[in-house]
Amino acid sequence: MIRYALTRLTLLVLGLVVASALIFLTLRVLPGDVALLVAGVNSSPDQVAAIRESMGLNRSLPEQYLEWIGGVLRGDLGTSLLTGSSVADEIAQKAEVTFPLGILSLLIAIAFSVPLGVLSALRRGRADGTAMSVTAQTVAAVPVVWAGMMLVVVFAVWLGWLPAQGFPRDGWADPGAALRALILPALTIGVVEGAMLMRFVRSATLQAMGQDYVRAAAAKGLTRTTALIRHGLPNVGLSVITVLGLQVAGIIVGAVVIEQLFSLPGIGRMLVADVGARDLPKVQGELLVLTGFVLIVGFVVDLAHRLIDPRQREAA
Amino acid sequence: MTGRWAWLARLWGVPTGRFGLIVVLAIGATAAVSLVWTPFDPQQVEISDRWMPPGWPHVLGTDSSGRDILSLIMAGSRTTVVVAAGAGAVATALGIALAALGALTARWLRESVAVLVDILIAFPVLIIAMMISAVWGGSLWVVVWSVGIGFGVNIARVTRPELRRVLHSDFVLAGRAAGLTPAQNLLRHLLPNVAPVFIVQLSWGMAIAVLAEAGLSYLGFGAPVTEPSWGLLLAQLQQYLTVYPLAVLPPGLAITVTVLGLNLLGDGLREATDPTLSRRDPAARLHVPEVTA
Repeated sequence: MIRYALTRLTLLVLGLVVASALIFLTLRVLPGDVALLVAGVNSSPDQVAAIRESMGLNRSLPEQYLEWIGGVLRGDLGTSLLTGSSVADEIAQKAEVTFPLGILSLLIAIAFSVPLGVLSALRRGRADGTAMSVTAQTVAAVPVVWAGMMLVVVFAVWLGWLPAQGFPRDGWADPGAALRALILPALTIGVVEGAMLMRFVRSATLQAMGQDYVRAAAAKGLTRTTALIRHGLPNVGLSVITVLGLQVAGIIVGAVVIEQLFSLPGIGRMLVADVGARDLPKVQGELLVLTGFVLIVGFVVDLAHRLIDPRQREAA
Repeated sequence: MTGRWAWLARLWGVPTGRFGLIVVLAIGATAAVSLVWTPFDPQQVEISDRWMPPGWPHVLGTDSSGRDILSLIMAGSRTTVVVAAGAGAVATALGIALAALGALTARWLRESVAVLVDILIAFPVLIIAMMISAVWGGSLWVVVWSVGIGFGVNIARVTRPELRRVLHSDFVLAGRAAGLTPAQNLLRHLLPNVAPVFIVQLSWGMAIAVLAEAGLSYLGFGAPVTEPSWGLLLAQLQQYLTVYPLAVLPPGLAITVTVLGLNLLGDGLREATDPTLSRRDPAARLHVPEVTA
């Protein structure tokens, strides 16, 4: 186990280095002159040179990269070109929207995909089971933006139960209002991600139902369903853990789009605005945080899977 | 049908495959027809005709500037086809190159490539797309390259073990013994044998390309406003969501049906080309990076 953890940790560190290098190279090297961008088109060559000097752009790329990474390790993600504010501070502030949104989406996705996935596997071959899996397949093909629009139409425009857009200006000062603002966005991501998760739960359940130990338990006199629930589902749970790692990436991506649709002041919307404004140092910091997060979640999920599943522990 | 085209008959025999094939052919046909004919000029602004309900002559109604929605949807399918095909081509080239590097070369290179592929798989396509558009601005190329790169590593990951399996099979050894050069052996034996796995992946990758195009165009990183695009149309109709809520139905349905068609085509192809795979590994589907854009 320890050897596995160390190998996996090496891969994580390697992944973070590769990710940071790719982000740095793409954003710094390929495009035009960042100093010119900051100084403005009408600036004199001297002004541009001065800015280049002050931003450290006249130094070699490895030097610049190491300085950036050094800053990141100290918690300094750089400063915005346009506003001069600290990227780390802004991310921390926007995370107050994005994190609850992500967690809520994940909970919604799990809450309906697990029972429905198991149920549709149990009802396989019957009309209701088929209907469930066809629905899941269809919902998984729906673009998140459009799913969000449909939910807005039903719950905000027609029924008027929930706000169509926005987030309280004072954040979580009124938790009820903040939560209400997040319900529709989280439901949107949760339903689409949940539909994908449900298809996985279904096939994992079907596989478990075919296993010898479930059949043996059924032969001993348990009903097929009881046998599955007692002996099969723990294994289904294990494989679901693996998929959750992938779902987190999907939820982050979903949040970028959905924060735009619902005008939520989160990390995704900030990233979209910064990419549009070409605030490269800021985009660089934001992308590093997001990919780092995805990589770290993948690492934690893999380790958790190893710890819980005795078969894999023995294999290691 | 027998021999070379038998898989096509099997694909038609699988309900999901048949549905997928029909949808994909229909989208292709729509795109082709829209090149020469749409009911109206898709970008023609006719202020007196704004917000016409579905009916005649505007079958799906008109938008805020009187453009015919059906014509916009038809023209948009062109963008969808181009992006899916482009992303598929990039993913194919990159996937085969990485898989070949990861299966056929010296041990140290093989393992480095495998680690690199494992790392790159964690990058969501949307993140790659934002990296690219931060530098070059938004365009359909952003979608083609980001999905191509993002999905190419997936293809590499799935194809590499197949490639290695075939590499150690008897007929490849026989080919080598018969004096085929490695390149000849590769073309004659390896590629045809890994093609099924690969085509299935490609079909799923194109579904992701369609979703990514819609999402990125919605965010303003994809199609430029002058280009007909389903995602762009969603973004334009969103401002009027409270007044004309049903106007967003056609583009949304078009995207959903296309993605569903490509997904089911992939599922059908998998069943038609390798009936054991679905039983062996229900998680095989999940190597796909889902872009829920």
